[in-house]
Amino acid sequence: MMRRIFKIIEERFFYGLMLASTAFLVALLLFIVLIILYKGLPSLSWEMVSQTPKGGYYFGREGGLLNAIIGSLYLATGAVVIGLFISLPLSLAMNVYFRNNKKLVNAIRFVLDLLWGIPSIVYGAFGFTIMIYLGIKTSLLAGIITVSIFILPIMVRAMDEIMKQVPLTLLESAFSLGSTNTEVAFKVVARQCFPGIVTGVLLAFGRGIGDVAAVLFTTGYTDNIPTSLMDQTATLPLAVFFQLGSPIPEVQSRAYAAALILTVIILLISVVTRFLSRRYYKTSIK
Amino acid sequence: MYLKARKIKDRISGGWVQLVLVFVFVLPLGILASLLYKSWLIMQTTGIGDLLFSSVWRPLAGEFGFFPFIISSIWVTILGLLITAPICLFTAIYLTYYGSNRLSVFMRPVIDILAGIPSVIYGVWGVLIIIPFTGRFLAPLFGYESTGFSIMAGGLVLAIMLIPFILNILIEIFRTVPVEQYEASLSLGATQWESIKHVVVRRSFPGIVSAFALGLSRAFGETIAVLMVVGNVVGVPENLFQPGYPLPALIANNYGEMLSIPMFDSALMFAALILLVVVVFFNLLSRFVIIYLEKRQ
Repeated sequence: MMRRIFKIIEERFFYGLMLASTAFLVALLLFIVLIILYKGLPSLSWEMVSQTPKGGYYFGREGGLLNAIIGSLYLATGAVVIGLFISLPLSLAMNVYFRNNKKLVNAIRFVLDLLWGIPSIVYGAFGFTIMIYLGIKTSLLAGIITVSIFILPIMVRAMDEIMKQVPLTLLESAFSLGSTNTEVAFKVVARQCFPGIVTGVLLAFGRGIGDVAAVLFTTGYTDNIPTSLMDQTATLPLAVFFQLGSPIPEVQSRAYAAALILTVIILLISVVTRFLSRRYYKTSIK
Repeated sequence: MYLKARKIKDRISGGWVQLVLVFVFVLPLGILASLLYKSWLIMQTTGIGDLLFSSVWRPLAGEFGFFPFIISSIWVTILGLLITAPICLFTAIYLTYYGSNRLSVFMRPVIDILAGIPSVIYGVWGVLIIIPFTGRFLAPLFGYESTGFSIMAGGLVLAIMLIPFILNILIEIFRTVPVEQYEASLSLGATQWESIKHVVVRRSFPGIVSAFALGLSRAFGETIAVLMVVGNVVGVPENLFQPGYPLPALIANNYGEMLSIPMFDSALMFAALILLVVVVFFNLLSRFVIIYLEKRQ
């Protein structure tokens, strides 16, 4: 009898714990977003998103965050474009060109997993040594290169996941019609997986735009909008990080505004990704 | 003629694919080699043993003891994992074995967005919420005084950042447990929780361990969010409510100064090398466990 009661109590207790931790997760997300909104909204104004910092900005005078917003967009876009030139062929290599060489494909996946686990600060340090070695100064270009290496495994993984699901029969019918590897890769697989590729790109874009550690060494920081690849650039996460460290309340509140803008960008990306992947499942050939 | 153009196209893109392949295999070696090359200077002058276990940190005098940083990193990481482990485990079990389909559809974006939030945002949130919480509530509760900027705050923020990461892996792992086994246990009269405890958790135990090993390596390298709340004071912390100074924070905080002193530069690259080695080690470990698991099935 006692054992039975104990069993029921244990059952209930752990059920309660599981329910609580799941609810905690939802509450946590709401809590984080609400706090960022609550702190960011009051200091967010048109001036914030439309102007670059003016004189005395860092003492609480006029100006906005346009330099950081544009800088971040440039950086993430550049990195994603370079990343695409490497990640798309790589994921196609695993699923079309070398699909019969299981050992090689597994080796690539293994190396990618390894790269995926390396923290962004190590990529930052690596990018910095490369930069010194090549003799370029801290610049948009150096940042783009570092971030593109850092997001490479993320992109390939997302694309590979989708390309794995392309039915083998589809590949084989294309080959049986006399297509070359390249034609199958780009005209069949890449087209079939297009929404998936876009998802991977957006995911990587989100990662690239939000990361600090990789760009801390390589982009520098400036109040101007970069006009060439060799210019230094500000980024949103760096703006959050630097301004939060300021003792002046006005400047701190701008860090919250920057954090809010960054969060909104990330949320937007997440919504678009979700929408695309839903459409993908409707249109793809099963 | 048309045929020839097709073949040429195939050659060119095939060549590019091969180039990319080579690049991906060279990249990790390149990272390792460049960090080794850069930290060679300090490893030769000080010796690895001294670097790892001395706690004297005076860069200007040329004394580099990484012990305070390593111990801070270990504390923050372990604390973060300990706090996050039960939450991830319970949520993953709930979502795979109790929750309805609608709940999983609802939770997927929640987890994805949590995973997508940049670490600097977690840092801001940590400064606003976790710091006062640790300083005014947690520390007095345990009988310490603290400003809030502490190992504890770092561990808490890290725990929250790790949740989506570990949770995703755990859900994947629980999905590989055959449903038949779970149902066989239920049909023998075991309750749901008993079946989970004795069948699901036991069966996927190596997987759970490897999920936490992956989380550990992620935690060890996390930089900005931890840096913003951990206090960044050099010294071996005596309790969890004292400030710490983990390795990634050390690298991030000193990037400006390192150029002027070659030895300092080399020291920071050595810190990056430690990070790389630790992270890769735990990654490899968990991969091998997962590969072993897949083979067994």
